[in-house]
Amino acid sequence: MTTATTRSGTTDHPCTLTHADVLESEAVHIFREVAGEFERPVILFSGGKDSIVMLHLALKAFAPAPVPFALLHVDTGHNFPEVLEYRDRVVAAHGLRLHVASVQDYIDRGVLKERPDGTRNPLQTLPLTEKIRTERFDAVFGGGRRDEEKARAKERVFSLRDQFSQWDPRRQRPELWQLYNGRHAPGEHVRVFPLSDWTELDVWQYIAREGIELPEIYFAHEREVFPRSGMWLPVGEWGGPQDGETVEKRRVRYRTVGDMSCTGAVDSDAMTLDQVIAEIAASRLTERGATRADDKLSEASMEDRKREGYF
Amino acid sequence: MTTIASTEPLTTALLRFATAGSVDDGKSTLVGRLLHDSKSVLADQMEAVERASAGRGQDTPDLALLTDGLRAEREQGITIDVAYRYFATPTRRFILADTPGHVQYTRNMVTGASTADLTVILVDARNGVVEQTRRHAAIAALLRVPHVALAVNKMDLVGHRESVFAAIAEEFTAYATDLGIPEITAIPISALAGDNVVEPSAHMDWYSGPTVLEHLETVPVAHDASPRHARLPVQYVIRPQTAEHPDYRGYAGQIAAGSFRVGEPVTILPSGRTTRISGIDLLGRPVDTAWSRQSVTVLLEDDLDVARGDLIVPTGDAPATTQDIEATVCHVADQPLTVGHRVLLKHGTRTVKAIVEDIPSRLSLDDLSQRPHPARLDANDIARVRIRTAAPLPVDPYATSRRTGSFILIDPGDGTTLTAGMIGDSFTTPAPPQDETPDDGWDF
Repeated sequence: MTTATTRSGTTDHPCTLTHADVLESEAVHIFREVAGEFERPVILFSGGKDSIVMLHLALKAFAPAPVPFALLHVDTGHNFPEVLEYRDRVVAAHGLRLHVASVQDYIDRGVLKERPDGTRNPLQTLPLTEKIRTERFDAVFGGGRRDEEKARAKERVFSLRDQFSQWDPRRQRPELWQLYNGRHAPGEHVRVFPLSDWTELDVWQYIAREGIELPEIYFAHEREVFPRSGMWLPVGEWGGPQDGETVEKRRVRYRTVGDMSCTGAVDSDAMTLDQVIAEIAASRLTERGATRADDKLSEASMEDRKREGYF
Repeated sequence: MTTIASTEPLTTALLRFATAGSVDDGKSTLVGRLLHDSKSVLADQMEAVERASAGRGQDTPDLALLTDGLRAEREQGITIDVAYRYFATPTRRFILADTPGHVQYTRNMVTGASTADLTVILVDARNGVVEQTRRHAAIAALLRVPHVALAVNKMDLVGHRESVFAAIAEEFTAYATDLGIPEITAIPISALAGDNVVEPSAHMDWYSGPTVLEHLETVPVAHDASPRHARLPVQYVIRPQTAEHPDYRGYAGQIAAGSFRVGEPVTILPSGRTTRISGIDLLGRPVDTAWSRQSVTVLLEDDLDVARGDLIVPTGDAPATTQDIEATVCHVADQPLTVGHRVLLKHGTRTVKAIVEDIPSRLSLDDLSQRPHPARLDANDIARVRIRTAAPLPVDPYATSRRTGSFILIDPGDGTTLTAGMIGDSFTTPAPPQDETPDDGWDF
């Protein structure tokens, strides 16, 4: 059996795949596996870079046919206008069907209560899980990556959720080879993470390689921000700034995009993809450590929220 | 978790590797050290570790805390599940399946090894090769992991003596070679002090080989690009039925082994019909050739009835098709497996009904002895099984192809993954059956 080998990044055989080729190929395999085994899959689409890369991979996986999945956006009501505009443009461009689960609706109906700190990220769980139940989605693609956080390091590619969308770490199935097990009882569903093995840098380099367009807030721009909990938060109708918080105009960009209340900006001059990649490669902070207020709650906060049905 | 300070094009190879060893051997410390010394731990992660260490009254940061993610693990100071870690150096990307080493977690080790190009087996220099080491070597051999590295840890506690290292390396190599492991590299290290993990040791001049990280960076990662035994399990049929593509009918899948080229005569299994490849789409662009691990869409000259679960192979190079599968399995579920058990068997992209016909023997990984006809298989048991499937399956021996020689058994009731299977013989030379001594669970 002849084999080609790769040493130290130099390719000595035309059949050598780059690591990005391998990640892409595995993700496409996951999308096609779900298409073959599930009735009603849906892609969680926030307009953030990970969900944008997911959609790009799905488009490639089924070309020249359309993507056989709908999109689902959990709208906290505090989204950046640039991101909503991008979302609507992408949906129209690819003829996709968009479902929206709205946190604002739940607040207006009195089902959910606004938190004292104004952040709505933790409030997304109920609208998401109810939408999954009412639309009978049986596979829900998420852009979660195992490198993001310690509890996610143990997440499966196919992650079984019970009727209440709960994640039980002890009920997760061993995943062997590339044999994904999508069997589930009626009412249960499977969360699927095609980007499990990608790192933040992998995602950015893939965006650069594929020439994928992103919302502008990922690049350096002038924005009115104020400091809170060690982050630069954007001025907006979502409840910032409060008394005693001083607004200043700074040149910032977003490393990660949640909604306005939980996503901090970082000081940056990176205007192009190459500059963004160079900045990330040199960063001494993780993506979430730099910018996400919601993960700082406790040592086990992500684990607890996953159990309740969070992404 | 990356430290590549360049925006070079994507030409870095990817190495998947697994670790085997227990907390007592310093496994979490080795992993923490690899991440820390390769500058893959970022400031906020390190701060969290320092906070958690201080909160428990430890005076130095416990690098093991970098890797134990679940609350129960932190509380008990153990690893209970496979965790995946990511790091990179300027020459390579790494995906690490970090698996716990105790007997009751054999299934996790098997899981981690199933996709690994390399396994690092850790031993304590003071104890040398113990039963657990032999078990880890047997799992690596069983799962046919191409490369095995032996890390002899805690060399500082044996005075950094070469004779200690050499004796352990020799004993392990002899054992692993008997199991059919093709390549073994032994490295003397101290994970706690950082000797020979990333940086060469100042205490072991007698050792001139690579550090653990150097070895990970340079070990060859094989891609099977030979046209022999090419296999494409069909995942999905792509039929746009649009004005632009009225007649497009593509068979999508990831090439499991070998390579295919346009114009090649192929056979569709299980129907046995033959045709030729008229085109290959590599994610939206046409190519002449595609090879293993690439996700492609294949177009065929003739309008055949091809569906998910079929297998496309080169004509004249088809695997045997059978309803009777003999395999070595690792039972991975808490509910037992017994003779007569009705299951689903997933092989490639095909899931069929099956029944467990016989469990001829159970294998003890400690001494490779076989106990004939166990009453049932419990979690973490390794055994030989015979399975009858409801439909013929085209199968390869696992020794030939990890991707088309593997399967999982699924409980038809609740969907639990019960068993991981490897078709064909376990090792190159199976040991004769003999009486079994009962084995215990924990092995500190």
